[in-house]
Amino acid sequence: MEILYAILIAPFVEMGSYPDLFIQALWDGFVAGTLYGLIALGFVLIFKASGVFNFSQPILVVLAALSLVSFYKMGIPAWISVILVLILFYVLAWLVERLILRQLVNQDGNILFMSTIGLTFIIIGAAQWIFGGVPSAMIVNELGFPNGSLEWPMFDGGVYFEMIDISAAVIAVIMIVILAVFFSKTKIGRGLRAVADDHQAALSVGISLNQIWVIVWFVAGIVALVTGIFWGARSDVSFALQIIGFKALPVLIIGGFTSIQGAIIGGLIIGLGEKIFEIYWGPLLGSGVEGWFAYVIALVFLLYRPQGLFGDKLIERV
Amino acid sequence: MKKLLIGAVMALGTVFSSVSLSFADELLVPTMSYRVGPYAANGTMIANGFTDYFMMLNERDGGIGGVKVKAEECETGYKAQVGVECYESYRGKNALVHTPNSTGITLQILQKAPEDEVPILTMGYGLSAAAKGETFPWAFNYPASYWSQMTSILSYIDSQGGLKGKKIGFLYLDVGYGREPIPVLEELGPKMGFETLYVPVAGKEMQNQSSHWLTIRKEKPDWVIMWGWGAMNPTAIKEAAKTRFPLDRFIGNWWSGAHVDTEALGSKAKGYLASSFTTTGTDFPAIQDMIKYVVKPGKSKTEMGMPGKVLYNRAMFNAVIIAEAIAVAQKMTGKKNVTGADVRLGLENIKLDEARLKELGLEGFTAPVIGSCADHESGGSIFVQQWDGSDWKRITGLIPPMTDVVQPLLTAAAEKYVSDKSGWTTQKCN
Repeated sequence: MEILYAILIAPFVEMGSYPDLFIQALWDGFVAGTLYGLIALGFVLIFKASGVFNFSQPILVVLAALSLVSFYKMGIPAWISVILVLILFYVLAWLVERLILRQLVNQDGNILFMSTIGLTFIIIGAAQWIFGGVPSAMIVNELGFPNGSLEWPMFDGGVYFEMIDISAAVIAVIMIVILAVFFSKTKIGRGLRAVADDHQAALSVGISLNQIWVIVWFVAGIVALVTGIFWGARSDVSFALQIIGFKALPVLIIGGFTSIQGAIIGGLIIGLGEKIFEIYWGPLLGSGVEGWFAYVIALVFLLYRPQGLFGDKLIERV
Repeated sequence: MKKLLIGAVMALGTVFSSVSLSFADELLVPTMSYRVGPYAANGTMIANGFTDYFMMLNERDGGIGGVKVKAEECETGYKAQVGVECYESYRGKNALVHTPNSTGITLQILQKAPEDEVPILTMGYGLSAAAKGETFPWAFNYPASYWSQMTSILSYIDSQGGLKGKKIGFLYLDVGYGREPIPVLEELGPKMGFETLYVPVAGKEMQNQSSHWLTIRKEKPDWVIMWGWGAMNPTAIKEAAKTRFPLDRFIGNWWSGAHVDTEALGSKAKGYLASSFTTTGTDFPAIQDMIKYVVKPGKSKTEMGMPGKVLYNRAMFNAVIIAEAIAVAQKMTGKKNVTGADVRLGLENIKLDEARLKELGLEGFTAPVIGSCADHESGGSIFVQQWDGSDWKRITGLIPPMTDVVQPLLTAAAEKYVSDKSGWTTQKCN
């Protein structure tokens, strides 16, 4: 009876008794969710264009954040550093297309996947060699993002909204809207979808496969940069950022590997779900449930909706 | 005939190569480093401090007892499996001592040490029970075990308004290292009248701690003790500030209080506390010599500005203990080219007292480390330091461990460890 009370009643009593904590958990879950969505978006873009799970996406986040901070440390103004990082990512996208994708076109998906693992280690080695491993602070103030926090006093406590979290949420939403419009309403976006469906058919109607790949890797680089800025601001800029990148896996399972809106909805489900579950039900299981809770949700989706919320359902004729 | 000749040549080659390995005119001191991966920032500092000290001894003194030291790194990426591969790669090469630089790796190789007769020095990490020299003749955790450290931290908290009736949050990296001091909290909680709130942080969540800190906010502990590593530390400090938890009630262990944890945060981390057993700064002749002979001439990977930092100095002290053990082993055996077994003896007989530390150019750097057969952790005293917004400042004298609590726990843990290991090598100490 006691256990049933602890599971079914006590958490809701607690939510009602301390609404400030509950609202804070919702806000933190929302911010984490949008940031998970951003990470997942990088994977989705590449998967949409080439059907490849890009294992190197997390290290692209590290590379973007590290190079931005390093350029700034060299005395280059913050926004010029951002432009330099974008140039760096355009060059990287071009190199990936020339040296990897073009060579492996028509190969099995597993081979392409393996090539992104190889790319990960090349980037780790190169970034370590060039930028070193010392952690740095993200240059959020220098980029003009507001500092400090807003406080909403409530009962004995209050709800705190960090300005950088508000910025992250706003920018993530704007970015997702722009990308959704770009990929559904523009010629390039439609070209990308055509390549994803059948690259040989796309080629036959004059869509340049190589150009599409460069564009999509470059856009994934932009997403990595935004992700790197905001995750870097929450912790610090170091190689450890790549760990958070794999948080996108359950998000992708829920949202689907090919849906931009799925990435953000999946991110929010995971972000909100894991925070609320950790705080109110976690202590019953010894805490630390956040690490696996996302995968439990993903598992449920795999059982009942394996293509995810917005993913394309595969129907293969036999 | 041809086959016979080839066989003879190969046999001779094997003999000569083993002879050259055994009598090579250098002292091989491998270290398992991690300059790449998520913990690279910490690993780089540690690897540099360790290798620079031996490089300095080679440059300044011509090595130890006239024999050059070869401090060789094996990259693990802080992964236990790779650490085991590193260990295996040194079998038969007359390695004098192993420094795994990871509790996870230590636990994997601990059983191999007696077989290979190469001691393992886990300075400030590893299995706490290894402090019991009679049960673990081949393992050392000078100058203090995690369990001793936890009791010293609790003593400090007790001195700041008492522990009785308080709630202590324990925020820890949810791996072997982070879980190591839990038995001490479980033992001391009821005895000293405090309650513990356990908040584990999974490795992949170390940069994503908002829910952990919301739990802390909900449970309202009076103090939070952190057993963190790498990016977990700065993230926790940021989250603590975000949830308005007072930073002068937040204390990290000695691996949660380095410059890499706080420098990027600057004034945001002001007030945060951490334990330590080594002093920061470069005002020590030994460190000045490292700068003069190694860092300034560009002979190492260390950048100017790195010597004096918490992890660099601590890794340097790890090298000091090994160098001293080798010197003692040379003296005891009369051999210049000592073996792992000789260095084990050296480790049990080192006497890094105030006078010797002064001779080495490290006066006041740390508490004395006096080796013995039975006690492989030595004194176990620590001090508390505080981040003032730009640097770490020592704020207490030496805080000894609660020996009466720790020793019975260590004995019981040591006995439990060997209970299911048949043929485990122990030793008798007088």
